[in-house]
Amino acid sequence: MSRSLYYADAIREALRQCMQEDGDVYIFGEDVALYGGVFGVTKDLFHEFGPKRVRNTPLSEGAILGEAIGAAVYGLRPVPEIQFSDFLTTAMSPLVDIMATYHYRVGTKLPITIRAPSGGALRIGHFHSKCLEAWFVHTPGLKVVVPSTAYDAKGLLVSSIRDNNPVLFLEQKKLYREIKDEVPEEIYDIPLGQAIIRTEGSHITLVTYGSPTYLALKAAALLQKEGIELEVIDLRTIYPFDKETLKKSFSKTNRVIILHEAVKIAGFGAELAAFFAEECFEYMAAPIMRLGALHTPIPTNPVLEDHYLPSLQDILDAARGLMKY
Amino acid sequence: MEQLTKKQHLELYRYLRLTRALEDWIFYICANQNPQKPLIIGKGYLSTGQEATSIGAAYALEKEDWIAQSHRDFGALLIRGLTPRELLLQYFSKETGPTKGRDANVHLGHTGKHVLGFISHMGAMVPVANGVAFAMKYKKKKACILAFFGDGASSQGIVHEAMNYAAVFKLPVVFICNNNRWAISTPLEEQMAIKNVADRGASYGMPGVICDGNKVEEVYQTVLKAVRLAKKGGGPTLVECKTMRMSGHGTHDRAKYVSDQEIASWKKKDPIMHHEKLLKKLGYADEAYFKKIIAEVKSEVEEATQWAKNQADPSIQNQLEDVFARS
Repeated sequence: MSRSLYYADAIREALRQCMQEDGDVYIFGEDVALYGGVFGVTKDLFHEFGPKRVRNTPLSEGAILGEAIGAAVYGLRPVPEIQFSDFLTTAMSPLVDIMATYHYRVGTKLPITIRAPSGGALRIGHFHSKCLEAWFVHTPGLKVVVPSTAYDAKGLLVSSIRDNNPVLFLEQKKLYREIKDEVPEEIYDIPLGQAIIRTEGSHITLVTYGSPTYLALKAAALLQKEGIELEVIDLRTIYPFDKETLKKSFSKTNRVIILHEAVKIAGFGAELAAFFAEECFEYMAAPIMRLGALHTPIPTNPVLEDHYLPSLQDILDAARGLMKY
Repeated sequence: MEQLTKKQHLELYRYLRLTRALEDWIFYICANQNPQKPLIIGKGYLSTGQEATSIGAAYALEKEDWIAQSHRDFGALLIRGLTPRELLLQYFSKETGPTKGRDANVHLGHTGKHVLGFISHMGAMVPVANGVAFAMKYKKKKACILAFFGDGASSQGIVHEAMNYAAVFKLPVVFICNNNRWAISTPLEEQMAIKNVADRGASYGMPGVICDGNKVEEVYQTVLKAVRLAKKGGGPTLVECKTMRMSGHGTHDRAKYVSDQEIASWKKKDPIMHHEKLLKKLGYADEAYFKKIIAEVKSEVEEATQWAKNQADPSIQNQLEDVFARS
């Protein structure tokens, strides 16, 4: 049986079912207990599982991720919440220096899933809107997941929690209560590292992940009327990422637009562009196009933030430009 | 106060001597090896002259307990069951060593022996110790963990976060500050405006106690009390062990910034000398016994060196393995 669930509620269901499945799974973070987290994602879990498994912590992101590492070494399966992914900057050393290197150096696996809301367009400024995923893809030892639908959010979170490696699960805070789709009631997983084709097309491959997926689909619908077909690929997991699906699509379209909400310069799109250039050169008919945010801190004012983020018009322009080749 | 038995006193003496011998040997190799073809990769980070802190603290633990060691805790590692062979494999960066040759010297961990994997960022392992302590509570294990750090690391924000956090959740962790007066070349007076790191305990709501870090029996007794409190559910304690770093930060550092007078005054408080005096006073051992132990540990270290240096170096074949756990 499935029913329509909001993105946030699908995440909560994954947490609940993983906690029911495995007594070693537990949640902790700032305001996650009675209050249910600042976005209400963990709401009611405190009542269901009690203070041992759903626990508020002091405002100490470094100590939160430190706890996750130690608890995982001891055999638990911690699921810490970092209130905003922006705050990971205060916990970089535990994350990057200890957690990411632990299995390689000490040989002990760390099954940790860090949930962290990411992304902008909510007018909450530079310190609550950033997309930092490229830093963590650049860090060997971390898996990075960015779901765009409620269905994916649940299935990918289940996979992340069951995975025996540290996973950074970047929830799209803009989608929490904006997106609703069909989600099965039972527990299920979606393998990490598998992209999904959101809409098929033969002219241009558009690679994206997270909330810009919806912008890409809007562009695809508009462009179709002009006879330009976009094939929209949602990566879902950006480390590891699904090279095969990308290559297969690009071998058909010979054109690619890479879209993300993160700053364009040295964003994850740069890695994708390099992949197309290095491994798919023989299929290339046109320049590789990248769309991302401006190289500025994130402004709060809507006029400025909208201009900061990649827009629908940017996609339309890029697509029309590519069709000239 | 917990009185040590004769057997325990002698065992502590052996750990003191073994640690000293092993580290003297590491110092010797670093000073004399061919830099073009070194046996020890990197430098040595030694606890010489402050062994009693690490040994006395770790001796208060039982099998089910853990440690998060810092730079100068080879004594504690030996007590946890790591052997001179394993520690030398680590220094020689061998494939069969604790980090498979991927890391070296004191940057190691050993899950089977309940030792967390140390990293270079000072104080970074303190919150990780909290995680082990939390998991012990979660699993209803009557155990605890020692989190070692130095006076230098005590200035790190993460150490404050971790101590506050441990106190809030009454975690079974004992914070051991080995205050050896020097953070590389920066003396204590340039690191903090207070005299005692232990004074900070009050600000977190935990006992802060001070002991003579060069008296192994005093460290043991102080830490044991904290360990028992932690295991009873009484929460963490901050134990400050006053000692002195009698070598450079590493074997490359001749510590010329430390005055001769300071070294001379601390030489008189050498932890091994102190313990020998105590053993004689208690009638547990004599000079002949000391000589016998010195000879024993020397040959143990030499044997371990001969064995370890012939082990395989890491191979590039396995270099990409283990970044992720496969299952």
